[in-house]
Amino acid sequence: MTSLTSTQPRSTGSSPLAKMLKSPFWLRVGLIAIVVALLEYYGRFHADPAFMRPPSAVLDAFFTSIVSEPKIISALWLCVMEIAVAYAMAVAFGLLIGLVIGATNFSRAALFPIVLMLFAIPQVAFMPLVIMIFGLGPAAKIAFGFSHGIFPIIVNVVAGMRDVKELHVRGAKSMGASNADVIRHVILPNMVPSLFTGLRLGMTLTLLGVILAELYVSTGGVGYYTRVFAENYNPAPLFALTLCLAVIAIVFNELVRIAENRLTPGKRKAPKIQLSESGK
Amino acid sequence: MQRASLSSRSVQYVFLVFVAAAWYFLTESGNISRLFLPKPGDVIDALTRLFQTASFWSAVLVTLTTALKGFVIALVLGVLAGYLVTRSKLAIATIEPLISGLFTIPITLFFPMFILFFGVGTGSKVAYGATYAFFPIALNTIAAFSNMEKRYLLAAQSMGGSRWDIFRYVLMPGALPVLFTGLRIGFFICLASVLGGETISSVAGIGRNIALAAELMEPARMFAWILFVVCMSVTLNLLAYSFENKIRSR
Repeated sequence: MTSLTSTQPRSTGSSPLAKMLKSPFWLRVGLIAIVVALLEYYGRFHADPAFMRPPSAVLDAFFTSIVSEPKIISALWLCVMEIAVAYAMAVAFGLLIGLVIGATNFSRAALFPIVLMLFAIPQVAFMPLVIMIFGLGPAAKIAFGFSHGIFPIIVNVVAGMRDVKELHVRGAKSMGASNADVIRHVILPNMVPSLFTGLRLGMTLTLLGVILAELYVSTGGVGYYTRVFAENYNPAPLFALTLCLAVIAIVFNELVRIAENRLTPGKRKAPKIQLSESGK
Repeated sequence: MQRASLSSRSVQYVFLVFVAAAWYFLTESGNISRLFLPKPGDVIDALTRLFQTASFWSAVLVTLTTALKGFVIALVLGVLAGYLVTRSKLAIATIEPLISGLFTIPITLFFPMFILFFGVGTGSKVAYGATYAFFPIALNTIAAFSNMEKRYLLAAQSMGGSRWDIFRYVLMPGALPVLFTGLRIGFFICLASVLGGETISSVAGIGRNIALAAELMEPARMFAWILFVVCMSVTLNLLAYSFENKIRSR
């Protein structure tokens, strides 16, 4: 192989297996396969069936006690709707509030610290209050998901508007652009990457808020069934239900990422997850 | 952050005063149920009464030690795993997307399993908080060590720096600010998830007390706890930010 790589760059002539061993994608697939195999081995031969079941039994439980139960399917569907509504509200209000706060230097200096302070408060402390106000139904989950999701969107909209170069705005104005033109052609395209960072983080937190509220108290929702399975020491359907929710979360995240790749001007790919929520 | 002018500062104070005034007048007017929003005076009374009980401080202690235990576990595992991953480009390309992908899934989903495995005591919250905090710490460790300027490493090597020298004088100082951001985020995620875990299912701690006050329909006491959590986390946040700025400006 070394002789091949010396004549041909990127080892194009090596065996398919060697190529796979160098591709991060296949290595990831292999890693996941190894973890699943280890879980299968452990779950099958060593684990206490009251606490843990092998992946094959979980898959089996997915068909026998999730898919075949219309009540659980409708609970999952309700969860999807809660997430969608909460996220749509978070995006709409987050954009609006972000645009208002980011509109002028003064409004940003005055209001942005308030948003950052509110963002820093652990909202779980308010969970029982949210349930008291909105009741046990879907409204509380939507409210809690909304209140989680809106903050990263506001923060990143404001951050995106702040980073517009004064030079570009002045350039556009000197060429006769109206305020609306400046917003449409300078500010909006400039804030797209930051906006999508916010939209992605917002989705992650909306999911968190909805799931937290579901788990805290739920009558007939997904949280209710996880509780039933966990309390009955019935791990296989619990794992299956959890995996269903994880798949739902992944699909929602992917939707945001696809939208981002489509709508970002230029050929930029979605950047990796941004961790500093305040943007310095 | 922008320099805060006097007028923008005053807007922030006006906002705080407005919230307090709105709270006061809404409850005085009697239009809002005492259950949803108790009077500010009642909440302050409840808070001062809470401060005098021993169970208050033991609950705070339980939550803080649980969060701290989870954080330390996440710190050790996250930094170690993150650092090891950055030793090879292939490992970064393989594992980093895996970690950041997993981090976008709410780990709260798996909370019932933590209860199943570790019971309703503090053990499940330590594990849950540690799992949540692991991701930002590991991701920031990877970011911190993989974005290092190659020139600096080469320069240190060519001047005869040993592996330890390079780690101590080049890698560490360069990585520290990003690393610390990860630690700060990790700590607050850990604290929030411990609070959340306690609220959902536990036998002790701040979250348990908030949920208990809600179940017993004692809004004043619940608000007192919430007010305490808000003040505590704002204070801790300000401390962490000033500490982080100190590290950055060195």
